[in-house]
Amino acid sequence: MDLTLKIWRQASANEKGQFINYPVTDISPDASFLEMLDILNEELVHKDEDPVAFDHDCREGICGACSLFINGRPHGPDKGITTCQMHMRHFKDGETIVIEPWRAKPFPVIKDLMVDRSAFDEIIQAGGFISVKTGGIPDANAIPIPKRVADIAMDAAACIGCGACVAACKNASAMLFVAAKVSQFARLPQGKVEARERVQNMVAKMDELGFGNCTNTYACEAECPKEISVSHIARMNSEFLISKLASQKK
Amino acid sequence: MSKTMISYSSITKKIIMALAGLFLVSFLLVHLSINILVLFDDTFELFNQAGHFMVTNPVIQTIQWVLFFGFILHIILGVIIQIQNWLARPKRYDKKYPSEMSFFSKYMIHTGAIVFIFLIIHFANFFIKLKFGNVESITYESGTYDNMGQMVYNLFKDGAYVVFYIVALLLLGFHLDHGIQSAFQSLGLNHTVYTPVIKLIGRLLAIFITLGFIAIPLVIYFFK
Ligand code: FES
Repeated sequence: MDLTLKIWRQASANEKGQFINYPVTDISPDASFLEMLDILNEELVHKDEDPVAFDHDCREGICGACSLFINGRPHGPDKGITTCQMHMRHFKDGETIVIEPWRAKPFPVIKDLMVDRSAFDEIIQAGGFISVKTGGIPDANAIPIPKRVADIAMDAAACIGCGACVAACKNASAMLFVAAKVSQFARLPQGKVEARERVQNMVAKMDELGFGNCTNTYACEAECPKEISVSHIARMNSEFLISKLASQKK
Repeated sequence: MSKTMISYSSITKKIIMALAGLFLVSFLLVHLSINILVLFDDTFELFNQAGHFMVTNPVIQTIQWVLFFGFILHIILGVIIQIQNWLARPKRYDKKYPSEMSFFSKYMIHTGAIVFIFLIIHFANFFIKLKFGNVESITYESGTYDNMGQMVYNLFKDGAYVVFYIVALLLLGFHLDHGIQSAFQSLGLNHTVYTPVIKLIGRLLAIFITLGFIAIPLVIYFFK
């Protein structure tokens, strides 16, 4: 396949960026999208040019490192997968592919297609954990959890924190990410203990970092590589409401 | 008021938005059921009677203030949310695929803004005139009332106004199509069985309200 890549190039956070067109030729339809970018970068290195910076790590859809806004969609045109799992057969020969970084105020560009997603880490630090004293591993069946509940919590836990929800949302809202974490913990007995403070702290952090307000467009669910359901957002809304209405002063 | 609202948490904002929105929908239904009366008799007796009740009944007069407050809350919060959302993405995408699953969710600020303009004109046309202007009165066996029916009739004989009215109500319908189901999600109600039903009812209600309001000027303009 011969393609034209219209790639966002930006030397650093403080510099102005611009789109640059790169032709790539002879790409196998079976190549993955990141392999295609590797090929481009190799050519650029050979020509003594600066290779395109992009995030990646596991390349098997589990770490959440890869990103890329491809032809207007986070993780490209295929549903329910990450950029690293996507293959070139989803594109047409001769096509121009527009590749942009995630765009959101709390995700500043580091270089080219790489953005700083530590805002997500800050949200997790605000409450996305369970405080327990470490010790021996508890017996698997010591805490009974109904299968149905465990399944829902597991669905939420599938979130890899890639930020596609923020990228896809017209409001750059992080609700799906935060909701996945809040809802996952709130459903399990271990997480229930701190559920009230957790939802308040994580939502406060999310707002403080400058993510937008959710307006229920559901673009996040449509573009999430792990297909996390917006029902978790509803769950977080009610968790939040309850925590506010029933909050007790110490 | 708006200063403290900016500091509201994003979820607090959406919950208030939802509650105010649903309250406004209930108002629309009451409003529509009264409007329909104007078509019932050529002397507008029923409609004028109902109108008289609405402007004189103390309970309604109290609720009117709640309604006014609901509108203000919904509008101010809507604007705050939109501005914050624009600020959350300072650099736009070059190419954006429409991923939204609730189509009209993209245009809430636009449909809302036009409905707001409509509301101001509407307010000037009816409310202010009724309260402070001089509306002709009409006497029936049941009593003497302001002849609001005649006011409505005159307005809806004006083609330009009818077109404007219809456009505004269509946009209101689009606003409601997203708004009604969205309110339930905001309030934390999302259910595998009920949510599709809520979405369907929300859409049907939006269509019902829109067609109901639009039918009145059409009938008056073409058939009366
Ligand atoms: S590189 Fe790990 S998910 Fe894509």
